[in-house]
Amino acid sequence: MAINGKQLITWMGAILLSCFLAVSCYAMDYPDEVEIDSLANLYEGVVFDHAMHVEATEDCSDCHHHTTGTQVANEYCAKCHDGAQEMDIVSCQECHSANPLSPENLHIPRDDYNYHLDKPNLKAAYHLNCMGCHQQVGGPTGCEDCHAKTDDGERFYYSGKYAPEEPAHKSGH
Amino acid sequence: MSKISRRKFLAGSMAGGAAVMMSPAKKALASGSFDGFPDGMGVLVDLTRCVGCRTCEAACNKEQKLPDPALPFDDYSVFDELHLGQKRRTTDKAYTVVNRYETESSTAPVYRKIQCNHCNEPTCLTSCFVNAYTKTPEGAVIYNPKVCVGCRNCMIACPFHIPAYSYDSVLNPVIKKCVFCYDTRLKNGKPPACVESCPQQVMTFGKRKELLKIAHERIRKNPDKYVDQIYGEKEVGGTGWFYISNVPFEEAGFDQDLPKEPIINNVKGFLAIVPMVLTIWPALFTGFHLLSTKGKSHSHGDENGHDGQEGQ
Repeated sequence: MAINGKQLITWMGAILLSCFLAVSCYAMDYPDEVEIDSLANLYEGVVFDHAMHVEATEDCSDCHHHTTGTQVANEYCAKCHDGAQEMDIVSCQECHSANPLSPENLHIPRDDYNYHLDKPNLKAAYHLNCMGCHQQVGGPTGCEDCHAKTDDGERFYYSGKYAPEEPAHKSGH
Repeated sequence: MSKISRRKFLAGSMAGGAAVMMSPAKKALASGSFDGFPDGMGVLVDLTRCVGCRTCEAACNKEQKLPDPALPFDDYSVFDELHLGQKRRTTDKAYTVVNRYETESSTAPVYRKIQCNHCNEPTCLTSCFVNAYTKTPEGAVIYNPKVCVGCRNCMIACPFHIPAYSYDSVLNPVIKKCVFCYDTRLKNGKPPACVESCPQQVMTFGKRKELLKIAHERIRKNPDKYVDQIYGEKEVGGTGWFYISNVPFEEAGFDQDLPKEPIINNVKGFLAIVPMVLTIWPALFTGFHLLSTKGKSHSHGDENGHDGQEGQ
């Protein structure tokens, strides 16, 4: 009975996580596409071609660290996460908080694991993961190569229909 | 007459000594060991992460309600701009700017964001004779434009060339610079707007002392990636914002010739002596004079002159 209950919770968790970037390469079918849009604001969300990236990468741990049951590449992570144990949590936002610097979150005592202290926030976790690789393999690196600017974004950057008028005239002085 | 003079001399010396102990000299001496407020916040800037998207510039513009830019914030032609041979600098309309550097040590360009570094012992503050600047316990260097008289001493004093002047303003030109978003964010415990906007978390916000540990850890774990220096850990006595880099800092436009101690240390010894000279010397030398002319005063017949000096 206890086993059934545990399985139920596991499956419920899996279904919930699949809404996000919940992928486990071995244990279950991974989604072909993942819509990453929890932070969409200045830019639209990204429809992430997960299937293509599974093909393109050698190992799930290239992006998912130690959570997908494959051996982790980073030597510092491997010191503790050497068992390559598959975890229930594989989506970025389960570990990377969207706003770790909010006054509320700053006062939450952080775990003392030395290697977890320098954990990037969710926005940076996405971008550092994607851009770090794209720069090496020649993938797209421009902002709008992956996601289009929203109207708020154009206003924020003074671009598109909010662009400053006659910049040439101003610089002519 | 001479006994009274000696008593006055001793009293004057005591008063002078007390004045020296209590007034600015003590403040000056105490500041010698000042290495930032214990809970002062700071920002670690990791140049290896910056991709030059200029989102921080846009965020600063919005947060500080600065005037519209001449070019959109997603226009990257600004990296090619040269003003009198110099890359872009902070102005009264842009408190932070990102510049691109083509370096010998890296094939990819290096982007460097500049803004006020919020020194532990700010030279702008020291140079300001109307006391417009304040270093807050939260770590920000802020200023009061209401008392600014527009002398621009701070612009000359700043080792990073950050304070800018609103030359456009005819009636009330004042100094403008990054204030760590003090009024709108920092004093409520929130990170500045540029830090929050950055997609790559180039900037990490936190207590300065904890950030230094994180910076050392990043260098220690990636010795091939980073040069072994934290720019701003020691420069000019330590800055609230400090940098780590994958290229030698001079290649990214940093001034490596800055002293490793606060710039005020150059003049602190002298400044500490000033109140002593003004308070002790008159009494001391008057006393010497009276002692050396003891018993001769009658023959000289100039008591009135001595009394006048003692009165000081």
